[in-house]
Amino acid sequence: MTGTGIGAPVRRKEDQRFITGQGRYTDDLARPGQTHAAFVRSPHAHARIRSIDTSAASAMPGVVAILTGDDLAADKIGGLICGWMIHSKDGTPMKAGPHPALAQGKVRYVGDHVAVVIAETFAQARDAAERVEVDYEPLAAVVDTAKAKGAGAVVHDEAPDNLVYEWHLGEKDATEAAFARAAHVTRLDITNNRLIPNPIETRAAIGEYDAGTGGYTLWTTSQNPHVARLVLSAFIGIAPEHQLRVIAPDVGGGFGSKIFIYAEETVCVWAAKKVGRPVKWTSDRTEAFLADAHGRDHVTHAELAVDENAKIIGLRVHTTANLGAYLSTFSSSVPTYLYAPLLSGQYDIPAIYAEVDGVYTNTAPVDAYRGAGRPEATYVVERLVEVTARQLGMDPAKFRKKNYIKRFPHQTPVIMNYDVGDYAASLEKAMEIADVKGFGKRKRESAKRGKLRGLGYSSYIEACGIAPSQAVGSLGAGVGLWESAEVRVNPTGSIEVLTGSHSHGQGHETTFAQLVSDRLGVSIDTVNIVHGDTDKVQFGMGTYGSRSGAVGMSAITKAIDKVIAKGKKVAAYALEASEGDIEFADGRFKVAGTDRSLAFGEVALQAYVAHKFSGQDLEPGLKEGAFYDPTNFTFPAGVHICEVEIDPDTGITKIERFTAVDDFGVVINPMIVEGQVHGGIAQGVGQALMEGAIYDESGQLVTASYQDYQMPRAGDLPSFQVGMTSTPCPSNPLGIKGCGEAGAIAAPPAVINAVTDAIGHEEIAMPATPQAVWRAVQRARPAMAAE
Amino acid sequence: MAIVSMTVNGKPVTADIDPRTLLVQFLREHLRLTGTHVGCDTSQCGACVVHMNGAAVKACTVLALQADGGDVVTIEGLANGAELHPMQAAFREHHGLQCGYCTPGMIMTAVDMANRLGPDLSEETIRSELEGNICRCTGYHNIVRAVESGARAMAGQPMREAAE
Repeated sequence: MTGTGIGAPVRRKEDQRFITGQGRYTDDLARPGQTHAAFVRSPHAHARIRSIDTSAASAMPGVVAILTGDDLAADKIGGLICGWMIHSKDGTPMKAGPHPALAQGKVRYVGDHVAVVIAETFAQARDAAERVEVDYEPLAAVVDTAKAKGAGAVVHDEAPDNLVYEWHLGEKDATEAAFARAAHVTRLDITNNRLIPNPIETRAAIGEYDAGTGGYTLWTTSQNPHVARLVLSAFIGIAPEHQLRVIAPDVGGGFGSKIFIYAEETVCVWAAKKVGRPVKWTSDRTEAFLADAHGRDHVTHAELAVDENAKIIGLRVHTTANLGAYLSTFSSSVPTYLYAPLLSGQYDIPAIYAEVDGVYTNTAPVDAYRGAGRPEATYVVERLVEVTARQLGMDPAKFRKKNYIKRFPHQTPVIMNYDVGDYAASLEKAMEIADVKGFGKRKRESAKRGKLRGLGYSSYIEACGIAPSQAVGSLGAGVGLWESAEVRVNPTGSIEVLTGSHSHGQGHETTFAQLVSDRLGVSIDTVNIVHGDTDKVQFGMGTYGSRSGAVGMSAITKAIDKVIAKGKKVAAYALEASEGDIEFADGRFKVAGTDRSLAFGEVALQAYVAHKFSGQDLEPGLKEGAFYDPTNFTFPAGVHICEVEIDPDTGITKIERFTAVDDFGVVINPMIVEGQVHGGIAQGVGQALMEGAIYDESGQLVTASYQDYQMPRAGDLPSFQVGMTSTPCPSNPLGIKGCGEAGAIAAPPAVINAVTDAIGHEEIAMPATPQAVWRAVQRARPAMAAE
Repeated sequence: MAIVSMTVNGKPVTADIDPRTLLVQFLREHLRLTGTHVGCDTSQCGACVVHMNGAAVKACTVLALQADGGDVVTIEGLANGAELHPMQAAFREHHGLQCGYCTPGMIMTAVDMANRLGPDLSEETIRSELEGNICRCTGYHNIVRAVESGARAMAGQPMREAAE
């Protein structure tokens, strides 16, 4: 199957509908008799609700119903949940306050959902929502991450110091001993700026109730519809699992923000029964800024110890992570188990100790955003490593190479067991593509024009293929993280693959079909990938954490193997041979050592007509399912190099070159993989130079539109130079590591290391906007913060 | 209510609408042409770009009544039957889309760009002209390649195949 198998840059099957305007996103759907919902949201960051008066709003034209938190409570609808239990270092469980889908007694951030107005048209719902009168008693708000602990304002009574947990990982004593004998210690105070994910499709939902069957349907913008159904059923209590169908049709990007089970979607499906009609809600962009889960927002003090030979001997961090006003679905795990286990980076570091305080503030909930914890870890490690090399007067590439892990498997002091890698190979290839040798000349040329040029490296590693269920269960996860697949072969030999993964831009309809084409020797055009509907796919954990290839496709592989095994039995009867003599290759079942064979499609037909075998000996049909639970995380790694030129008069940073060399193991479709890298880099560059969610002291979100929150645009970015190396992953049958988050993880430190190289000191925080860079350039070069 | 008439994708349409109806709402909700998307409501992201009287406009910032008597083309009207418009084909060939949500607006902007500026578009020109279209997935790298290639193909020059 040349041209469509594993490794081929097959053009995407799903594109036809997207380029002709035939995609079907949630907001494109209209259900018969549907009503429209608009949410009344808190204008205050923190306030007690004295009363809600809906009388004027109820009299507005077209209003069908107005529902509040009291109605939720009366129906015994549970609150939103956080699905990962974190224990503090003293052994106590995290302190989680309630998270009602409509506020009950108190609001805790600007945009918090207070009531919902349901009307005949969207305009009428909005008009009426403005007439709902809420009497608030404003309270003091806590906004700043670093000042949240023990602040006067208390977000939840359950956490009187605003501390959700004080967690730690690693070996404290061994780390302290390493620092005590260090020849050099680098210390950095690092802020990882708060980001707003901003998929271009905003969230949307349609809830529908069928009074005849008692069943509910929720169409929603979800990365994991089965998890949504499980949470809405088992925890929130909307409907029993078998009576709730969740459909995530075409979804316009997620980047993590559509993993979570939010208030608005919950309310739509609950309200559908109350009003007896479908209820539709589509977020506008301002609501997306206010109420989608945000990302990052860490304040960290980090230290790196090296011995007299420039060998890293210890690393320690103290991080305060802002979790926002409520614990979102996976929020607790992001700054803990998705963060600290990556603090070894690509380096052999014998002692690591991390402390993380998770804090409540009066800001939007913070949860996973592309990379989720791993970008924060990589930023800490790669800034420390870069600054250490500079302080030691060593070439940053040489310092990295010296400290790279070179023997595998490698057990780090922070949980992870790296299976395979060749970090120096990626570094060397990246340096070659980036023409690091020519940098000095380019820097001198820039200087002649009065410009500052800088070069920055980032050696990143991430843990993907999330995740071995037993392992994450022991760390507090509320779910297993395997994946399911079902391969249904039709009598004509065409194939449907049902997967628990969900595509929202990743191209699964193409890459998954490539795998089937490759393994079964059938045309890619006869393979249909089915996902995103709980009535079709039995169960699945969805798509995030670069897991769909390593975990989702491994499940498909397992099911395909079963199909081949069954096909051999069928072929043995049809070819009148013994099963042990049947071989399968190039799409044909063949009797070994003979020219007798049947095509895959012929065997499929035989399986369904069942004329050649007795039903007592073999079940008819050709359909197999599999659940695949990974045995380890996967460890994509690579080196990104950024070269910038800064205009000291304007502070504008121009990215002159951006080179990425990644080791994703086996690549199914290089065109799609490169596209994932491009997109990740853009988000990483956005974090480094442009993006930042800003709340003022009172808790108002200042950056709540595209005029105020700078999204990377085409003119802000260069074309990227992308290369690859490959050490196949040994822990899954395909050798895949995952590629979805690499760019967003690797890019921020590469960019900031380049900016600091250009300006000659380390005193700049993300986002390095023109104003920030201009100020940094103007400032006298400060003394290096070193011992 | 107000009566509005216009030509959409070559077909005459007339409707009685709330005067505050935006062109994008008219297309999506009245005509069920849902290929034109809304991404930001503030005229920034460009997911809603359509052609009105031969020029690209952001349909979230035009009242349907402003299009009265006009000629509107949306993403659904771009292909010639089953034959893709060269710019549509270029976006597929160069992997210029991932989730597909910004894509209709991107393609309509790109066609307008080529109509105005001709077939030989430099990378700098394309990046500058895409100022009003935001994509969160692709990092623009492949969109730039697609627009470059599609503009040439619109002028009858053979489509350049994507490098592999």
